Amino acid sequence: MADKIGNVWIFIEQEGGNIENVSLELVSKGRELADTLGVDAEAIFLGDNLKEESVSKLYHHGCDKVFLVEDKKLEPFTILPYAKCIVDLVKVNKPNIILFGATNKGRELGPRVASELLCGLTADCTELEIDDFEDRVNKKTYKNKLMQIRPAFGGNIIATIVNTWEDPQIVTVRPGVMKLNDADTGKKGALVKVEPKITSKETVMSVIERVRKEKDVDLQGAQIIVAGGYGVGSKEKFQLIKDLAEALGGDVGASRAAVDAGWVDHDHQVGQTGVTVRPKLYIACGISGSIQHRAGMTDSGKIIAINNDPDAPIFSCAHYGIVGELHDVIPKMITAFKAKV
Amino acid sequence: MSYTIIVFVKQVPDTQNITGDAMKPDGTVNRAALPAIFNPEDLNALELGIQLKERYNAKLVVGTMGPPNASEVLRESLYRGADEAVLLTDRAFAGADTLATSYALSCCANKIGKFDLILCGRQAIDGDTAQVGPQLAEKLGLPQISYVEEVEELTKKKVRAKRAIEGGYEIVDCPVPALMTVVAANVPRPANAKNIMKFKKAMTRSELHKAHSDADYTDAEALVVEEAALKEKGLWIQELTAEDVGADIERIGLKGSPTKVKKIQSVVLTGADFKNIDPTEVGVNSLIHELIEDHTLG
Repeated sequence: MADKIGNVWIFIEQEGGNIENVSLELVSKGRELADTLGVDAEAIFLGDNLKEESVSKLYHHGCDKVFLVEDKKLEPFTILPYAKCIVDLVKVNKPNIILFGATNKGRELGPRVASELLCGLTADCTELEIDDFEDRVNKKTYKNKLMQIRPAFGGNIIATIVNTWEDPQIVTVRPGVMKLNDADTGKKGALVKVEPKITSKETVMSVIERVRKEKDVDLQGAQIIVAGGYGVGSKEKFQLIKDLAEALGGDVGASRAAVDAGWVDHDHQVGQTGVTVRPKLYIACGISGSIQHRAGMTDSGKIIAINNDPDAPIFSCAHYGIVGELHDVIPKMITAFKAKV
Repeated sequence: MSYTIIVFVKQVPDTQNITGDAMKPDGTVNRAALPAIFNPEDLNALELGIQLKERYNAKLVVGTMGPPNASEVLRESLYRGADEAVLLTDRAFAGADTLATSYALSCCANKIGKFDLILCGRQAIDGDTAQVGPQLAEKLGLPQISYVEEVEELTKKKVRAKRAIEGGYEIVDCPVPALMTVVAANVPRPANAKNIMKFKKAMTRSELHKAHSDADYTDAEALVVEEAALKEKGLWIQELTAEDVGADIERIGLKGSPTKVKKIQSVVLTGADFKNIDPTEVGVNSLIHELIEDHTLG
């Protein structure tokens, strides 16, 4: 442990050259961790024909350095060339920490990379801190380790996990969980172009067809969310939720039960298997408030819960509770709001 | 042309339907509150395996790592359509994180022998990590297709599969052998009555020994004869230890796990300043007024 510790790395996810929000959130967090450790924050940015402005964006959010790896074989994304490039980079530069977004890509790439490097990996972290760890079983103390905090057992417990083997310490973090810092357009960093060594062994898979649509809604950036749950009752009655959202200038969210019932699209799902949101105002309508749902919305500024069951768990995390029927309360809210503005 | 497909499954605590408190007062997980079930997405992997078995006349082998009674999910797999079952069980595997687990499973896959595909559920509901599938692929040096919804075609050379990506899907070609992680895109068939009749007596060596000791019946010769008879009938669930699969003792269990749990806390909901609002016009009006005043609305 006498060696100088490595830097904090952030894997930058892009689609069509545009950086995904989660990666910028991780750059923000990575910057913070790097400052605590007294090391640099560095981005690893892979793709083909990546834009200069994207690289600048990484500096603006706090990266000291960007490792840029460009190759035709990195587009579209397939796992083996990406894993190979990252493993090669890690072996040479020995980072202390690597952060991946807990997205589809990050959650298949992280384990592949960690397995090859024989590193520990913790999925879906919701908080990251630097602290010492005393392993009482093996009577060893580790200085300045990454505390990897995540929900487990379906969100019923929160576990703090530490990687005790050699660095890097690798984690994935869910989108929307870490706070995005403000961009400082004056900031600059160092660009390191890396020549990838992708061989025929990594190009065995090919993408025949790729169909992708932009999301109907991006709840992560929403300031006001009106969310409906199973208590709404039917697809027709879900219109009430949409009406309130429209009246307040907000977006429509939903619990898993409402999505599973087919009343609203999965893009609208808030919670552990949906998106994590932190709007100014969250109105939970007919949502009982399972631990999995609450995991995705408790950081909202103000929470209003409307439910006809006074014992619904959602009330325990709400700032305002209305025990009543949605078809009665929601129109009253719309009328009241329209009258005030 | 015959195919062999391995499906790895896991028995998990039912974290979605917790009865009582998940944690005991001493801070440990209350397993009694968590009944053991077949991991849901592993049922989707098994269903895909059974479909492929039917389409390509494949042999379907199901494997799991767990305590001796994890044989329950193996019997369930046989009831649904698997041909053979393997239980990887050893105290030495206890305390494994995903890296040590994937290493142990890679030893198990190599022991099973030649295969064309390995299927795993995307993730298990106890940890929700989705790590073991990709790590197992890496350990075996296999290409992986994650988040598979369906298989379009399987040949001796390649597999073409549809997989979920963020906001859509991809069709990919991948050489075999390969590993696929499967998402909940199919409806797992229930157990088949004929299979239940056939496999309800399927057992592991431990179970056979236990049946004898329960009956206070210790005849070593009879054990050998019964074991041979079960094998003959295809009712033998192969039980493998760390040594049987040639696992390096340094790479399994707690020892082989780089991650350690520092602490576990029950989820405590911090109660916000709570205000009860009457569901009346007056109540709702005052709420809206308050939210506009503090700039939350408007």
